[in-house]
Amino acid sequence: MSYIGILITYIFIQNFILVQFMGLCPFIGVSKNSESAIGMGVAVTFVTAIASVVCWAVYEFLLVPFALEYLRTIAFILVIASLVQLVEMVIRKMSPGLYKALGIYLPLITTNCAVLGIAIINVDNSYNLLESFLAGLAAGLGFTMAIILMSNIREKLEMTPVRKVFQGVPIAFISAGLMALAFMMFDKSLLTNLGLV
Amino acid sequence: MSHMKELTKGLFKENPTFIIMLGMCPTLGVSTQVSNAIGMGLSVIFVLTCSNVFISLCRRIIPDAVRIPCYIVIIASFVTIVEMVLHAYVPAIYEALGVYLPLIVVNCIILGRAEAFAGKNGVLDSALDGIGMGIGFTMSLSLIALIREVIGSGTITLFPIGSFSGVITLPVISDSPVRVLTLAAGALLLMGYLKAFFQWKTARGKEVKA
Repeated sequence: MSYIGILITYIFIQNFILVQFMGLCPFIGVSKNSESAIGMGVAVTFVTAIASVVCWAVYEFLLVPFALEYLRTIAFILVIASLVQLVEMVIRKMSPGLYKALGIYLPLITTNCAVLGIAIINVDNSYNLLESFLAGLAAGLGFTMAIILMSNIREKLEMTPVRKVFQGVPIAFISAGLMALAFMMFDKSLLTNLGLV
Repeated sequence: MSHMKELTKGLFKENPTFIIMLGMCPTLGVSTQVSNAIGMGLSVIFVLTCSNVFISLCRRIIPDAVRIPCYIVIIASFVTIVEMVLHAYVPAIYEALGVYLPLIVVNCIILGRAEAFAGKNGVLDSALDGIGMGIGFTMSLSLIALIREVIGSGTITLFPIGSFSGVITLPVISDSPVRVLTLAAGALLLMGYLKAFFQWKTARGKEVKA
C-alpha cells in the first residue's frame, strides 16, 4: 500500500472512532465543547504518532531478536505509559502554553485504546518505520476529525429540544451512529479507484 | 450478606456497560456475533477476577505513587495469558477478537475496578466484585450481540457441539436482515437506544420509589 493509501485508510476508511470503536470513552466524555475536543485530538495525535514509532522500534530491535514477541502487550503498554509521562514532562519544560492547553488530557491518553490499538495494528500488518509513523499520525488525525465534528454537533444539540430519556449520552451515541453511516461511503474500493493500492 | 452484595451489584445496579458506561470499545467492536461476545466476556471475567485478587493481595506492598503503572503491568500479564490460551485452544475466537483482545489491557472496567475497589478492599470481596462486574459485562455484551446478530443477519452463532454446527438460522429474518446493525453505524445507534431505554427505566424506578 502506498503512503497516501495508508493515510486515507486510517483517517477515513478505518476511522478509529466511527469504524473501529477505539477511543470511544474520551470521544463521548470530552466532546461536550469544541475547545477541549481540539485539545484532546491534538494530544492523541501527538502520542499515537510518537508511540507508533517507539513501539515499532521496541518490537523490531528488542522483542524480535530475543524471540519475545508474546510479550508485546506488556511491552507496548509500558512503553506507552512511560512515553505519555515523558511527553508530559518535555512539554511542561519546553512550552508551558501548550502544556496548559493539553495538560489535563495527557494522563488520560495512557488508557486510550487508540494508542495501544495502533501500535498492535502496525505490528500485525508488519509495517516499516515510515509506514508505522504515517499510520499513527493518520489514526490520530482521524480521531481528531471525528471528535471535533462530534463536539460541534453536541454544541448544537444543547440548544435543541431533546426528549428527556435521550438527553446526554444516548443522543450522543445516536449522532455518532449517523456520522458513522455517512462514513460508510469511504470504502476500500476508494483506494482501488484512486489507484493507491 | 454483604459479600452477596459485592457479587450482585455489577449485574444490574452498577452494570459496567449500561450504567457506568465503561469499556465501550470492546463492547461495540466484538458484538457482531454471539460467540465472539461470549468469548470476550469470559476473557474479561478471567482477567478482571485474577487482577482484582492479585492487586488486592499486593495492595499493602505497592507504593501509592506508582500504583497505576503497577496495576497496568499486572493486568497486562493476565491478558497475555488469555491471549496465549485462546491462541492455542480456540484459534477461531482468537482470530475473530483480533486487536480487541490485547485491548482488554486498556479496558476502563478493569483498571477502574482495580483503582476503585481492589486497591482498597480485601481479597474475597475483590474476587466477588471482579466476578460480578465481569458477569454484568458479559451479559450486556451478549445482549447487544444477540440483538445485532438476530436483526442484522438473522442468525445466532454459538459454539459447535457434536453434530450441532453452532449456527442457528432464524427463518423469517434471515431472508431480509437489516444489515446496518452488523455495521459500525448500527452498533452506535443501537447503543444509543439501549442507553436511552436504561435511562428511562432508572428514571421510572425513582418515580415509583418517590
